[in-house]
Amino acid sequence: MVEAGAWWTLLAAPALLLGLAVLAVTTDAALTARDAGRPVTVSAAMRPLLAVPRALVAQPRRMPAPDRVLWRAGVVSVPVAAVLSTLVIPFGNVAVADLSVGLVWFNAMEVLTWAGLWLAGWGPNAAFSLVGGYRFLAQGLAYELPLMFALISTATGAQSLRVGDIAAAQDGLWYAVWMPVAFVVYLAGVLAFSFLGPFAYPVGQDIAGGVLSETSGVDRLMLQAGRWLWLAAGAAMAVPLFLGGGAGPVLPAWAWSLIKTLLVLAVLVAAVRRLPVIRADRYVEFAWVVLIPLTIVQTLVPALVGLNR
Amino acid sequence: MGTTAAVLLWALGVLALVGGVLVFTLNSMARVTFALLGSLVCVGGVVTVLGLPYLGVVILLMMVMEMVIMAVFMIAYMMNPAGLMPMSMLHNKRGALAVSGVVFAVLTTAVFVVPWPDRPRVRPVDTTVQVGMSLMGDQMLTMVTLGFVLLATMVGATVLATHRGRYDRFGDDLDQRPAHDPAGGGVGR
Repeated sequence: MVEAGAWWTLLAAPALLLGLAVLAVTTDAALTARDAGRPVTVSAAMRPLLAVPRALVAQPRRMPAPDRVLWRAGVVSVPVAAVLSTLVIPFGNVAVADLSVGLVWFNAMEVLTWAGLWLAGWGPNAAFSLVGGYRFLAQGLAYELPLMFALISTATGAQSLRVGDIAAAQDGLWYAVWMPVAFVVYLAGVLAFSFLGPFAYPVGQDIAGGVLSETSGVDRLMLQAGRWLWLAAGAAMAVPLFLGGGAGPVLPAWAWSLIKTLLVLAVLVAAVRRLPVIRADRYVEFAWVVLIPLTIVQTLVPALVGLNR
Repeated sequence: MGTTAAVLLWALGVLALVGGVLVFTLNSMARVTFALLGSLVCVGGVVTVLGLPYLGVVILLMMVMEMVIMAVFMIAYMMNPAGLMPMSMLHNKRGALAVSGVVFAVLTTAVFVVPWPDRPRVRPVDTTVQVGMSLMGDQMLTMVTLGFVLLATMVGATVLATHRGRYDRFGDDLDQRPAHDPAGGGVGR
């Protein structure tokens, strides 16, 4: 049974999330080095982390007439929302706050990224970054509804919005096994709200980096960190939602949570590297014509099972 | 109600009011939209503190999406390009003042006229279930009717707004594949 953690979990959860995000980034860098034929060394893996001190001392880029307040608000809200989403994710048998509406909380925090990225695009008063912000909204309209139905499937199966109850309800059979559509759509959603890999459209190369194009220094660091923090948070949330939480033989619950999270994170990093960028207008049609009907039918399955019980 | 809840309630209430005032004093469409969003998020917080966490968090969830989409449309259809020129949010000042004054008076009167229960009753364990039961239990017919009306409105509005029918897309014999669309879709219809 999941219980609320002591006060120090409030600090431990963001630290753990940061650790997972750094691990994802370094793995990605190591794989890049391997693909490029360079030696896979510790320094090759650590290379992206050099951007952190560089960003901290970088001279900020100034634009004419930026909306500084909204720009800052947007840039900060992306990583902050990622960290806040982890409040309800149980690690083993402990969550920072075991809210009765934890699933909705996670969803709400993820939607905050919509506002954050649009503001990050609007703030600098530049065309390409604004196009990037609009692109994220178009992408959001495509990924959000299937993602919501995927989340609703798990809540319907457990008949609870509490994340701990959802993990506990999978005693014996994981939701990933009998709700495969919801699981895949959820993983795609994680990539979409991290705007990484196939969903890197808002920061596309064709618009000079989109929402990232005018940011520099700490601002850029915040947005980049926010992406990988979201990827890690999404991987961690997949475990209680679809992979039975901390349940497993021999090892303690926290170890199983960690192992499963790392596995999901590895799958996501591989997907980020393998898949091409999808244009939002193409994904919108696919999402509305194919994914929404599929996920609605998927939601019907646990509803019928629940009625039969 | 505990002290923490009371303090939170007052803080969120004041912040919601400040956001509401900012909506009419700021002169940038983007800032106005996000001031309104801030205000509504505080309202969501108030609802949560009052013991309805589901409704509170859903208000936060829906309002963020809604306000961001609204910002896009408001800025897209502004009189000046991109809404970058400073502008006032006040229109029809006298009429608006009259309407808001009457609404405020009615709501304030209602606060004093409504027979509130003397003693606080025992709060149910899970208010989310209570909300669900009262919406989908007694009011099932209302909700189903409402759902169909809303869906019909959305479909109807989209059909009226689109200027391309199926004959434009699929040709006179409806056999043109893929469809002749100005923008290609993802599933090749």
